Amino acid sequence: MTRTTLMRTLLFIGLPALLLGQDPATQQKIAELEAKVSAAQSAGDNGWMLVSCALVLMMTGPGLALFYGGLVRKKNVLATMMQSFGLMVLATVLWALFGYSLAFGEGSAFLGDLRYLMLNGVGADPMPDYAATIPHQTFMLFQLMFAIITPALITGAFAERMKFSAMVLFMVLWSLLVYYPMAHMVWGKGGLLNAFLGGSIPCFDFAGGTVVHITSGVSALVCALYMKQRTGFGVEPMKPHSLVLSFIGACLLWVGWFGFNAGSALNSGALASSAFTATHFAAATAAAGWVLMEWLHSKPSVLGGISGAVAGLVAITPASGFVKPMPALLIGFLAGIVCYLMVVKVKAKFGYDDSLDAFGVHGAGGTFGALLTGVFATRAVNSAIAEGKGGLVDGNAGQIVNQLIGVAIAWALAIAGTLIILKICDVVCRGVRVGQAEEVEGLDLSQHGEEGYNLEA
Amino acid sequence: MKKIEAIIQPHKLEEVKEALKGIGVDGLTVTEARGHGRQKGHKEVYRGQEYVVDLLPKTKIEMVVPTARLDEIVATLVKAARTGKIGDGKIFVYDVVDAIRIRNDDRGESAL
Repeated sequence: MTRTTLMRTLLFIGLPALLLGQDPATQQKIAELEAKVSAAQSAGDNGWMLVSCALVLMMTGPGLALFYGGLVRKKNVLATMMQSFGLMVLATVLWALFGYSLAFGEGSAFLGDLRYLMLNGVGADPMPDYAATIPHQTFMLFQLMFAIITPALITGAFAERMKFSAMVLFMVLWSLLVYYPMAHMVWGKGGLLNAFLGGSIPCFDFAGGTVVHITSGVSALVCALYMKQRTGFGVEPMKPHSLVLSFIGACLLWVGWFGFNAGSALNSGALASSAFTATHFAAATAAAGWVLMEWLHSKPSVLGGISGAVAGLVAITPASGFVKPMPALLIGFLAGIVCYLMVVKVKAKFGYDDSLDAFGVHGAGGTFGALLTGVFATRAVNSAIAEGKGGLVDGNAGQIVNQLIGVAIAWALAIAGTLIILKICDVVCRGVRVGQAEEVEGLDLSQHGEEGYNLEA
Repeated sequence: MKKIEAIIQPHKLEEVKEALKGIGVDGLTVTEARGHGRQKGHKEVYRGQEYVVDLLPKTKIEMVVPTARLDEIVATLVKAARTGKIGDGKIFVYDVVDAIRIRNDDRGESAL
């Protein structure tokens, strides 16, 4: 088509359209249509986000409860599951009363204010700064599911020896002192590290590398060091009592993670697909990486495979909405190897009893992933990134420094917060550990008065 | 009266039971047991943590039989339980002082 014919065609179509456009009835029709299109998009986004909320809750119960529950001895299976389940109860109530407001109210650079106290004003209307096409209530729910699983991850470090009462108090204080501030700094409007809503240090964390995995993983290490080893550690066998349960749990985590990461797009568009892809790819290569490392020394194990998959999912979490599929494959593979080394070599060398490897997988994997996000984040995947402000692959090496600052703040907050909280729990609950006799008997009986497997019944 | 205590491979239990039934032995007690003789255990590795498992699953069969039938029963048991490999187990024979049938006070071999 030559330029003149093109112009003629445009005139032919355009002129009548222009004339029609001036007719008020048509204008009203167009406005109605636009409203309908936007309502349809909103409905689609909300549909995906509600599914994502459910998927992320499923990660804690039954996902994490099964994963952790299978890894402990059978006398502690119920107590371990109860710790995850307890968070589904506790974190929900706290979130409804003041947690959401402290995390996502505008507030200061470090903590939200009380504008959403008791969910005041959190309803059907979207909060455009956070998510323009879904009800504010959906956004609040989605974020709640993160506030549940994050503290639940810590329970892997003190498994088989913490008092239930001390655990409850610990989790309330930890949500207040560590989770809400960190979530606000990274995702809250005006937060110090918020890359897209006015933070002074733009740290990329798509779905919670710093907020979820570093805070929980590093707090887990502090707990393991503070609470010391389990009675009989290194002497008695402490084999996982059911890798079948752990396997089911890990696969539920993998599936749930699509809600976690792809849901963090906060809409059902192309960014969600991209995050979904990165998430799935990293899980696969991380499982392969961990199992390959095992295979060099012994046999390729099921526990190695599922641990690797979780490590990959952790590492890709901060990067999932910023990286292309091939870097996702790489991040996963490397994370599988790094976390294997942390869990198998480093833990053995230092001798801390991070019972179910909450630090080795979430702390290490989260840190590793957060740093690599600074390398592979690209505007080509996420258009919210400003021109020239992507990661190293976009020519912005400075982003790695931003990531490093975010990581350092998350580590510092987790260490300081957890130490203070453990001290408080120690005083209030007269010790955070169960007595030795209770520990030997098992937490199921000593803390909850029941047993997981009543085979004589 | 003699008591026969046989520790056998768990997967041989059905064969042994059938063989004993075949020669008319019907009273026996079976327990799941764990143990080892000369058979070595195996190694298990969980996230780099190694465990040597040397107590292996075994099945213990106990029965008290008339002295006259001892050799026949032991021979049948050995034949049915043997694979020829290490770990097949052992049979121990004891003297029994008395036997009492709880239901009706029968004593000695008539209580078997």
